[in-house]
Amino acid sequence: MAEIAARVLVLGGGPGGYVTAIRAAQLGLDVVLVERGGRDGGLGGTCLNVGCIPSKAIIHAADAYARALEHAGDAPFGLRVGAPTMEFARTVEWKDGIVGRLTGGVGALLKRHKVKIVQGNGEMLDGKTCRVETDTGPQTVRAGHVVLATGSMPASLPALPFGGRVMSSTEALSLQEVPGRLVVIGAGYIGLELGTAFAKLGSKVTVIEAEERILPAYDAELSRPVLRRLQALGVEVLTQARASGLSDAGDAVLVAREGAATRSVPADRVLVATGRRARTAGFGLERLDLTMNGGFVAIDERCATSMLDVWAVGDLTGEPMLAHRAMAQGVAVAEQIAGHRRVFDAATIPAVCFTDPEIVTVGQSPDEARATGREIRTAQFPFQANGRALTLGAEEGFVRVTARSDNHLILGIAAVGAGVSELAAAFGLALEMGARLEDIAGTIHAHPTLGEAFHEASLRTLGEALHI
Amino acid sequence: MGLRIVKLPDVGEGVAEAELVEWHVAVGQSVLEDQILAAVMTDKATVEIPSPVAGTVVALGAEVGGVLAVGAELVRLEVAGESSGEVAATPREAAAPAPKAEKPAAPAVPATPAATTRLPSTALPTTGAPIGPPRPAGEKPIASPAVRRRARDAGVDLRQVRGTGPAGRIGHDDLDAFLRGASAAVSSRARVANTAVETVKIVGLRRRIARKMAESKRRVAHFSYVEEVDVTALEELRARLNAANRPDRARLTLIPFLMQALVRAVADFPEMNALYDDEAETLERHAGVHIGIATQTPAGLMVPVVRHCEARGLWDCAAEVLRLAEAAREGKASRDELTGSTITITSLGPLGGIVTTPVVNRPEVAIIGVNRHAVRPVWQEGRFVPRTMMNLSSSFDHRVIDGYVAARFVQRLKALLESPATIFIEEA
Repeated sequence: MAEIAARVLVLGGGPGGYVTAIRAAQLGLDVVLVERGGRDGGLGGTCLNVGCIPSKAIIHAADAYARALEHAGDAPFGLRVGAPTMEFARTVEWKDGIVGRLTGGVGALLKRHKVKIVQGNGEMLDGKTCRVETDTGPQTVRAGHVVLATGSMPASLPALPFGGRVMSSTEALSLQEVPGRLVVIGAGYIGLELGTAFAKLGSKVTVIEAEERILPAYDAELSRPVLRRLQALGVEVLTQARASGLSDAGDAVLVAREGAATRSVPADRVLVATGRRARTAGFGLERLDLTMNGGFVAIDERCATSMLDVWAVGDLTGEPMLAHRAMAQGVAVAEQIAGHRRVFDAATIPAVCFTDPEIVTVGQSPDEARATGREIRTAQFPFQANGRALTLGAEEGFVRVTARSDNHLILGIAAVGAGVSELAAAFGLALEMGARLEDIAGTIHAHPTLGEAFHEASLRTLGEALHI
Repeated sequence: MGLRIVKLPDVGEGVAEAELVEWHVAVGQSVLEDQILAAVMTDKATVEIPSPVAGTVVALGAEVGGVLAVGAELVRLEVAGESSGEVAATPREAAAPAPKAEKPAAPAVPATPAATTRLPSTALPTTGAPIGPPRPAGEKPIASPAVRRRARDAGVDLRQVRGTGPAGRIGHDDLDAFLRGASAAVSSRARVANTAVETVKIVGLRRRIARKMAESKRRVAHFSYVEEVDVTALEELRARLNAANRPDRARLTLIPFLMQALVRAVADFPEMNALYDDEAETLERHAGVHIGIATQTPAGLMVPVVRHCEARGLWDCAAEVLRLAEAAREGKASRDELTGSTITITSLGPLGGIVTTPVVNRPEVAIIGVNRHAVRPVWQEGRFVPRTMMNLSSSFDHRVIDGYVAARFVQRLKALLESPATIFIEEA
């Protein structure tokens, strides 16, 4: 059996794994990356293959179509559009083209940094050795350091196992045609992003959520504009409802709601989007005997596991399961292996929800800040008062800033509105740098932009708003 | 509101200027009458300047390390009332209780409250940020990613670093200050190359020491002479006297014996107990033997003076050395106690080494250095015998002291110390 020795072995080629590999190689370490490929994606992992990127492609296409439809019906600024049609197969082709370019790009980057890629299912034999089943036979990789970056996979519901009409987000992103009736179980960001997109593409969408409101991870202020938009798109939202299974014929979802009779919601497709779980099986994790933290591999602030020179990054290590967190962890691990002192110590990890409108949060919400027992001040600036938002026909939403009362240190920034995901950069920078309200107030924001709402929200928190 | 200018008062006879070593107030701060405004240093003693009036500080006259002439503007105060003008402050010397007997007539004005004594170390420039948790437990330090990364590289826990930025944000400067001032607090987990360079302004006492040493070395024609002294008998005598263990007496070190021996020796060599005015080219021979004892203090080298040793006994010398050393270490020594020596003894105690090259305490002409004593084999009467031996390393100003005379002087000292009884015999 062929054997490769390397300084670093990275198991998994998603955002956590490939970034670890590139950074380690940049620092002069020889790196072997083991990527098994398969249904949930090869290089680039969930993010590139069946997550962030294809979903944003579909969302964008759906958005453009919905807008065209809107403009065909009611020309808001003199634009007249004929009856638009959507050739969904072309959409899927276009999406696959983007995914192909990006995954190819990751492969090229790894190659340029001289990272050796071993394609195949890797299984850890011990903390230093990995056996990879490749197309050309088994191969053993021995390394001084092992970085586990195996990611996560969609969680299923016992009452609705994947198969047939019941699908995960992975399959939803590979649909070849728009389902007529789509039932989405779970009103978290994955369910709502895809549910909204398919609603715009023409599906009759019903969303079923066990909690009392949609996007339970966000506060009600932020989720309210999203709910209004869902209703405008004709999406039926059933909260405090549980999907108890499929009807006997298998063409409807049985929904139980407290104090009401079980209801049957017809469905051509059922998307179960109730969460994701770490991928802990199938790669020999049990042989490493690592300390676990629930369903996740426990790590310390350095991303070190309980075993010497075995590291873990990304979704495998828990929430928030975000690609940018995995990448930052990967950099920290690579630099440590190269001998630098590092920890993963980000002040904040921005989170974006690509619903319609978009939501971005950085740091604490007002309630979270209050819960720490601290005196706070908070204010929001509505896009209704922002010139750029009006010219975009996107006056729904606001930017909200939360700061400490005593020294005006900004604790959290959030926004909901069209295109606000791009404000994540400004928000993240402000929090990471330890900005005070006066810092944002003292920064000239370009006019006319959506970012002015951030400036104004800071001014308003100081009681000095100029445009409201 | 009116403006009042507080001028630097006359801080001592003949002192024309003083170095500002510490501000106790800042611009914008309100001060009460009699509140200490600043500390200035003259001739090794720190003098505190209290405010003659209450008001708000609007301007400071100098930076720490700056030199102010007597009468120069020290502080500008905004005071209640219309009148503007100048007021004089009365200096307060950080003084230890002076010998009661020769106290001059009590001042007519009511005695000012006891001067707050200050440790000399606080008069030194602060080179680093304070160590210790500057923020409540559990509160995350605020710093940009670049600062956090640098801190991590340097092994610094940012919770220990004081942030001077808005909302307590820690900047690169704060980290630099911490690295300069608190390198001891840096974790020793891993060794990293430290390329930090620190520029420390030499001010206060250290500047005076530096200047004085350079001046001494530049202007005095130094030569040193080392002689071996058998202190076996002296050590026996010392041990016997200390064994009496009288609580009213200081324990004897070798220094008071040497002081007593010096008194005897300079009687025969009056040119040794003298001050050389090299400008006037005169040698001032002193009848009184005022022995300076070089003393290490937290602030640096000081030389408190035991006056009129010719009039003091062994125990008296011992007690006075002890008292002055303590006063110097605590910064309580007065100007008078730090000036006026005619000859100096320097001892590094147990660190004494084999040979040293003491620097003459200009304008004196001789300094006697005590080295470490040890039991060594000595050839006597055809055999080796164990004797407690000690070197005296002495330096002289060759311009006025010839080598031959210096050697004879040291031989005289040696003879006295080797037969300690002769130190105390009237006609020896």
